[in-house]
Amino acid sequence: MMNILKIAAKNLMRYQRRTILTTLLITIGIVAVLLFISLSGSFRALMVGQITDSMLGHVQIHKKGYVASIESLPLTLNMKPAMVEKVTDYLSERDDIEAWTMRVKFGAMFSNFKETTSIRFNSIVPEMEIATSPLLPGRLIQGDRKAAFVEPGKIVIPELIAKGLKVKVGDSIVIVATNREGSVNGNTFMIRGVLEGISGPGGRDGYMHIDDARNLLRMEDNEISEVAIRLKSSKNLSKIHKEMSAYFGQFNNKAGNPAFDVHTWEKLSPFSNIAKMIDMLDVFIKVMLVAIVLISIMNVMLMAVYERINEIGTIAAIGTIPSRILSLFVTEGLLLGILGAFIGSVISFMIVYVMNVKTISFSFGRQENLVLQPTLAINEVLIISGVVILVSVLASLQPAWKASRMDPIEALRHF
Amino acid sequence: MSLIEASGLCKTYQAGDIAVKAINEVSFNIDVGSFVSFVGPSGSGKSTLLNMIGCLDSPSCGQLLVAGTDVSSLNQKQAAIFRGENIGFVFQDFNLIPVLTVYENVEYPLIMVQNWAAAKRRKQVMELLDAVGMKDQANKLPSQLSGGQKQRVAIARALVTNAKLVLADEPTANLDSMTAHRVIDLMKSMREKFDTTFIFSTHDPKIMAEAEVTYTLVDGSIENKEELAS
Repeated sequence: MMNILKIAAKNLMRYQRRTILTTLLITIGIVAVLLFISLSGSFRALMVGQITDSMLGHVQIHKKGYVASIESLPLTLNMKPAMVEKVTDYLSERDDIEAWTMRVKFGAMFSNFKETTSIRFNSIVPEMEIATSPLLPGRLIQGDRKAAFVEPGKIVIPELIAKGLKVKVGDSIVIVATNREGSVNGNTFMIRGVLEGISGPGGRDGYMHIDDARNLLRMEDNEISEVAIRLKSSKNLSKIHKEMSAYFGQFNNKAGNPAFDVHTWEKLSPFSNIAKMIDMLDVFIKVMLVAIVLISIMNVMLMAVYERINEIGTIAAIGTIPSRILSLFVTEGLLLGILGAFIGSVISFMIVYVMNVKTISFSFGRQENLVLQPTLAINEVLIISGVVILVSVLASLQPAWKASRMDPIEALRHF
Repeated sequence: MSLIEASGLCKTYQAGDIAVKAINEVSFNIDVGSFVSFVGPSGSGKSTLLNMIGCLDSPSCGQLLVAGTDVSSLNQKQAAIFRGENIGFVFQDFNLIPVLTVYENVEYPLIMVQNWAAAKRRKQVMELLDAVGMKDQANKLPSQLSGGQKQRVAIARALVTNAKLVLADEPTANLDSMTAHRVIDLMKSMREKFDTTFIFSTHDPKIMAEAEVTYTLVDGSIENKEELAS
């Protein structure tokens, strides 16, 4: 095998310019794919991290039908204490859950005594919320990030409303809300923080303590709108979601319909569509790479076979069996693939390193100065290099087969 | 003892609707260690006959035994293996592999055909290069050699697998007269040294006189067999 490798390498060196150009093409393809995957992957991870770690959590549990009406934040579809107990008992027994939090969500009117606007509130238990959404305090652009996120009587409002109604930390405002029975109640609160803008429906979300919400809404029971769950590892998301769906699927309401809904963050955030698009682009660019490698290697190997017909006739005449001739040409394709994959991978690692040294920041929607930290996973590099090498071998097969099946007499006559 | 036994050998090519007889029922025996030439004008069937003896082509009829094997029924792979074990080739255009050195060209059949161990290969290659007087040119590329030197390397390559038979189709056609005679002399001396049977084709009268047995082919038939008195 070593001798075939040696001869194949010499044959590649025979046509140096062609070999360099083909290797360059494969290298550029590999670099393009790896950089795209690295950048899109880090963008995706960053955005998903922002969404799951500062807002949604990985999984959410609601009363059946709540998510379908989530835009109006219906208090009538809150989970009753018996349902909440079922959820909390189940979650307490799982050891793959990092944290979970309970929220009462409602829509209200926000008044600065001069103007009024609508606002959505997540009323929370601060310790549970921060454990589930650890990046939430980091979104505060006004107010102390180290202090308790919310306290009774103190709320956090979104930047959008702070700017629109020209209010700031320390100001007193009034929140007016309608409870599930239709009665209206209002309370005065102090603004304790302002959250940075965020794209999507979460851009109008403020936070208050759950006790304040229950008081404002005159809730007698400990109702909950949603339970948000943070997993120890997001890699297990689909498995855990499946298990939770199966477990909660066994509970029915009085009408005999399912009582719970279990959703992953992907079902709750519009960004999941962007994430899917990124995944599709990843696949598309990988297909492009395969096409580049396939065409370039096949082209160069066909040329090699055509130019060496007489030589193929000679080696066949002296007794080289067809499978050896085939392996010689396949090895040439293999070497081109290995060379391109290796150089491409090394260059990609170098560029990713430079990109990490020189910080890349960008804006996405209302979020500014997001910092990309591109990474290249070794297994991703190995898989892509493996695919390139495999495609190189496959692309060489047809020309190599042609060479191995050549009639030695015809080949020897060729000049 | 015969190395080659041909009886009623023929080869017919189909040119459109017309069947062209390139070899027309020839029969001959060639002994082990003999130095034989096939001569005749262009189109007389010399190359076709050598191709059949060399298992590069199969006869349309008749029987052809080479080293006791009926080669007319071998498939592509079996024919390649048989060639690799028994037959060496010397070509008119030398057909050395341009990217390999002289040493590597001679070593090539031992790697690609017979898979010899490295130490054994080296000994055999150097012995052959020494025998053809090319030992000190071992590291040169074919492009750095003269025509005569290239043919010497080609002869070494043909003999390196301990072939029983070397077939040379017009081995001197691209060489000047003096070099051509030197190549024929080398082939003769290799025959003496290794007891290898040499069969070559030529249309050069001076070269054909060097053969011990000369078959004259005309229109695919053996017209004459001439043996040099020893």
